[in-house]
This record gives sequence, C-alpha cells and structure tokens, in this order.
Amino acid sequence: MDSGLTRDRLIAILMLLPSIILVAIFVYGFIAWTGYTSLTDSNALQQLSGLPAQFIGLKNYNDLFTGGLNLRFRMDMVNTVFFTIMFILVCLAVGMGLAILLDQKIKGEAVFRTIFLFPMALSFVVTGVVWKWLFNPTSGFNVLPTIIGLPAGGFRWFISEERWWPFAWQDVPLILSIIFLGIVIFAALWYWSKRRSQAAALLTALALLLLAWITFGSPRSLSGLNPERPEQHGFNVALIAVVIAAGWQMSGYTMAMYLAGLRGISEELREAARVDGCNELGVYRHVVFPLLAPITLSAMIILGHISLKIFDLVYTIGGGDNLYIDMPGINMFFTTFRSNQFGQGAAIAMLMLIMVAVVIIPYLASQLRSETKL
Amino acid sequence: MNTTYPSQASAPAGQSAPRLRPSRVVVYGALIIAAIFFLIPVYMVLVTSFKSIDQVSISTMWNLPTAFTLESFSRAINRLLPNFINSVLLVVPATALSAMLGSINGYVLSKWTFRGANVIFPLMLFGMFIPYQAILIPLVQFLQSAGLYGGIPGLILVHVVYGIPITTLIFRNYYAEVPTEMLEAGRVDGAGFFRLYWDILLPLSLPGFVVVIIWQFTQIWNEFLFGVTLTGTGQQPITVALQNLAGSQIVEWNVQMAGALMTALPTLAVYILLGRYFIRGLLAGSIKG
Repeated sequence: MDSGLTRDRLIAILMLLPSIILVAIFVYGFIAWTGYTSLTDSNALQQLSGLPAQFIGLKNYNDLFTGGLNLRFRMDMVNTVFFTIMFILVCLAVGMGLAILLDQKIKGEAVFRTIFLFPMALSFVVTGVVWKWLFNPTSGFNVLPTIIGLPAGGFRWFISEERWWPFAWQDVPLILSIIFLGIVIFAALWYWSKRRSQAAALLTALALLLLAWITFGSPRSLSGLNPERPEQHGFNVALIAVVIAAGWQMSGYTMAMYLAGLRGISEELREAARVDGCNELGVYRHVVFPLLAPITLSAMIILGHISLKIFDLVYTIGGGDNLYIDMPGINMFFTTFRSNQFGQGAAIAMLMLIMVAVVIIPYLASQLRSETKL
Repeated sequence: MNTTYPSQASAPAGQSAPRLRPSRVVVYGALIIAAIFFLIPVYMVLVTSFKSIDQVSISTMWNLPTAFTLESFSRAINRLLPNFINSVLLVVPATALSAMLGSINGYVLSKWTFRGANVIFPLMLFGMFIPYQAILIPLVQFLQSAGLYGGIPGLILVHVVYGIPITTLIFRNYYAEVPTEMLEAGRVDGAGFFRLYWDILLPLSLPGFVVVIIWQFTQIWNEFLFGVTLTGTGQQPITVALQNLAGSQIVEWNVQMAGALMTALPTLAVYILLGRYFIRGLLAGSIKG
C-alpha cells in the first residue's frame, strides 16, 4: 500500500510494537542475560548469600571442554555429533524413499500418508514412553525373533554400554584439524578443476599451513586435561535406539517436505525427459533429484537444529541420568535446575545456541533473500 | 463340483494379472512393510493398555490381551486427569491469544510494511529456532519476580510470547496471497487500519486461523521443557505428568501405555480430522514450505 507515514501506518506500527518489544526482551534480552550469567560463577549458594556473582570470564566454557569434572558435557558433545549425523541420514533416506514410493500413483495414498505422518502429531514424551517399552532389553524387539523360533536378540538398546570408534578427547583438536584439512584439500581440488586458480592457490596455501600446524604444532594436547591419561570417547551404541525413535517420529515430516516438492514437478517436465530417451530411473536422476536438492538442504537444516536441541525424547527414554545417550539440553537442565550451577548451565545453553545459530542464521538469510527476489 | 469353483474364481484374477507388474508389487510391498513399522508402537500401546497388570508379563508382551480390561485406563485417568485439565486450561487461552496476535502481526507485516520491517521480521523469526535453554534461566527469574512462576498463567504467557514468530510467519504468508487491491478499494471508500482488517481481511482468514490454531494447539499440548521447569506440583501439564508416571519406581506398563494414549489422543484427533491444515502448518515451519 502507499508509502509514507500516514495515520494508518502509524497505527499499524503501534499494533506490531507489543510483539516487537516482547521478542526483544524475551528472546534477545534474555539471551544477553544468559550470556552474562555464563561468564559468572552464579550458583545457589551465592544467590542465598545475597552477594553478587563473581565475574570469571570464560572459565565456565574452559571447564566444560577441559575441566576434570565435566566429562558429562564432553560425552554430550560427542553424542550430539553422532546423533545428529545419524538422525539426519535416517530421516532423509526414509523420508525420500517414502515420498518416491507414494509418488507412484498409489491406491490408498492418503491412508499411507496418514500412517507415516501421524507420529508428528505426538509429543516426544509419548514417543519416548512407548519406545522405551519397545526397547526393553528383556522384552520388546529382542523377543520378536522367538516368535518364529529363533533365539532372542541380545542387543541392550538404550542401556547398552558398548562403544564403537573409540578416540581420546585429547585428540579432538587433531581430529578436527584433519577433517578441516580434508575439506580444504577437497575445495582446492574442486577450484582447480573449475580453473579458478586464484581461489585454488589460496586454498592450497591454507592446506599447507594446516598440514604444517598438524605436523609441527601442538593440536595434540588440551591444557587442563592430563595428556598421560587419555579420556576415552566414541560412538555410544545406545544412541541407535534414540535414532530409531526420533526417526520414527520425524521421517514423516521429511516425507511431507519431499512430497510437496515432488508434486511441484510437472508431468510435462517428466514427459519431456522421457521423450529425450530417459527411462524412469533416468527421469529421477536427471529431473527429479536435482529439483529436490534444495528441499534436502532445508530438511537437513530443520532436522539438524531439532537434533541439536533434543531434550524431551532423551529425557523420557533415559530418565536424565543415562550418560550414554545424554545430550547438552539435558545436561543444561540438570546443571541449572538440579545442581543449581547457574553459571555453568548458562554456558552450556550458550554453546547450544551457538551451534543452532551456525546452522539457522545462514538458512534464514537465504530463505528471506530468495523471497524478496520473487 | 469342487473343480469348477477354482476355475471360475481364477478367471477374473487371470484378467487382472497383467496389470500387476512386478515393480508395482515391490512398491506396494515396501509401502506395506513401512506402514507396519510405523504402526508397531500403536499396536504395542493398544495391546498393553487393554491388559490388566498381572497380564503384562515380559514374555507375552507382543500377545493380544487374553481378557480385555479397562482397569489401566481408569488408573491412568485417576493419575492424569488433573494434568489433562491443566493442559486444556493452558492450551485454549494460549492458542487463542497467539492466533490473534499472529493475525494482527501478519496483517501489518504483509500489508503495511515499513522501513526496517525487513530487519525486524528475520530477527523475530530467529526466536522460533533458538534452543529455549538459552533463555530459561532469566525466564525463571523473571517469572519468579513477576509472581507468575509455578502456575498455568505464567506458562500461558511464555507460550504466547515464544509463539509470536511462527504465528506471525504463517499469517504473514497467508495474507500475502490476499490481493492488496482489495484493501486499496476499501481505502478508497475511507476505511482505516481496523476497518480494513475487520471487514475485508478477517472474513477471509478462516483457513489461516485453522492452520495456526492447529499448530499452536499441537505444539503447546506436546511441549515439555517449559512445562517441567516452570510449573510446580499440581500445576503440571500432562506431558510432565506422563513423564513422571514413566519415571516412577513401580513400572506399571499397562498404565503407562494408557497414559500415553490419553496424552496423545487430543492432538491425534486433530491430526486425523484436520490433517490437511496440520501439514500446512508443518511445512510453514520450514519458512517457505
């Protein structure tokens, strides 16, 4: 409508103002408050004594990553990484598979869609309660083979203490630098192949620097942790149970996203590909999958930020004290509201926020930019 | 006589056989297997919740109940009904308030955009992605000092505030589809901000309201983190009570499953009756859908 500051436009802004103020305080003001708390030693004793909390800089963060008492947080970080990767892969694979199957002009499509999507209507608490019963090691899935006369399964699901791919926490900087080096080398090669030599040369130089740092520098030891006693971490097998339950709940959502995308691909476009000599598989390879790529990216980001924040499902399945499936969100809750270590809890919360922001902010920016172009 | 029946019966089957190409069998087979997997928890909830406690033994977990009983439901209702009522008292006002707020915000941001709106809107949207742990400590302190900590009114306030981003987004996108010319015509007739909203936009808003109400209803009903941190005993919503039931020392699986069903029923009913709108809200959550 017309621009300029008319009386009606002023009313419009005034009507929006309460929401702006609420979001400014409850989101940004509170984040700033949490951020400040994370730099203090705020805790129950200090609050009871009525003294102001001491400003201790980044000590809480330092403790989380290297402090002898904070093994739990480091397990959480490792769990989050493995859980996020597996959860995204499961949801993408199942979601896309179901969407493609449902796109084959299926009789009773609505029934199947309803079945695949109904878990989305449930609370994670409900999902957790039900799957906990199904994963009961002495009953649940483990006894299913006995119905057809096979021996019962021995997998202990969410209370398994098995651990694969072990590594020491002291080696994490080294591992991360090697992964980063791999990415840089890959990018350099890609730019060489595209004959963009300036960018490629820059990346090659960076790769050499990284290599030098890894070989001669000391990313090996973390100050604070005894290098003599490696702190063992790895992929906790108990997470598989959580991945299955979370995948059961969220795959339908991925399916709905893909299905919306598939329905947007016109039959003419597919027909054109068939005329050009594509068989049905070729139509998917050359027409459908490229058009679904942006949906895959959106789904990865939505699923990724859900898994980084996950709380209720793991709380219900694990009861809050099963460290083999523990997540930062649960640790924050217990550190803050059970142990009353507000400073430390705030630091965990801020690290969660940073992880989510890294994923979400570029996504929001790109979504809104492409919107204004339209 | 026996031999004639099979030949008669097989005739129509033989006619339709060519239509059943092997690939179709694979597609339907895969779909049916997937559907069975998705329904396993439903089966388990139903068979367990209709058993009495002495029937719930680990060895017969997968079996149908030998005698149907509603004992576990009456026990679950006994335990969870107060919390069910709490959830209703929470969800109804919170959903209504968020929908109204979202509608006004969406109207402003789609039809009365102003300089700076393209900065404010993304900043608002970010609020729906944050891990709420990042605001929880100040939130508790704020609610305590405002005297709202521990009860349903405080929880209503919290859900309305943190619902602003998604409800605004859904209404903004919904109203963007309404031709601005319709409002321009109204303005020529001398209608102002509120009259345009009331006379032109609101009558068109029903589908938008349905999507937002379903979304907020489901989200708030299913929510757990705010419920468990911000409410005290007796004021807890049903998700928290269900978790407490599951975490208690004596594990009565049949009562737990009945409780899970009771917790799931309202949102499940909404999903089955109004699934189309539910999916629209779901896809709006990924910004453009």
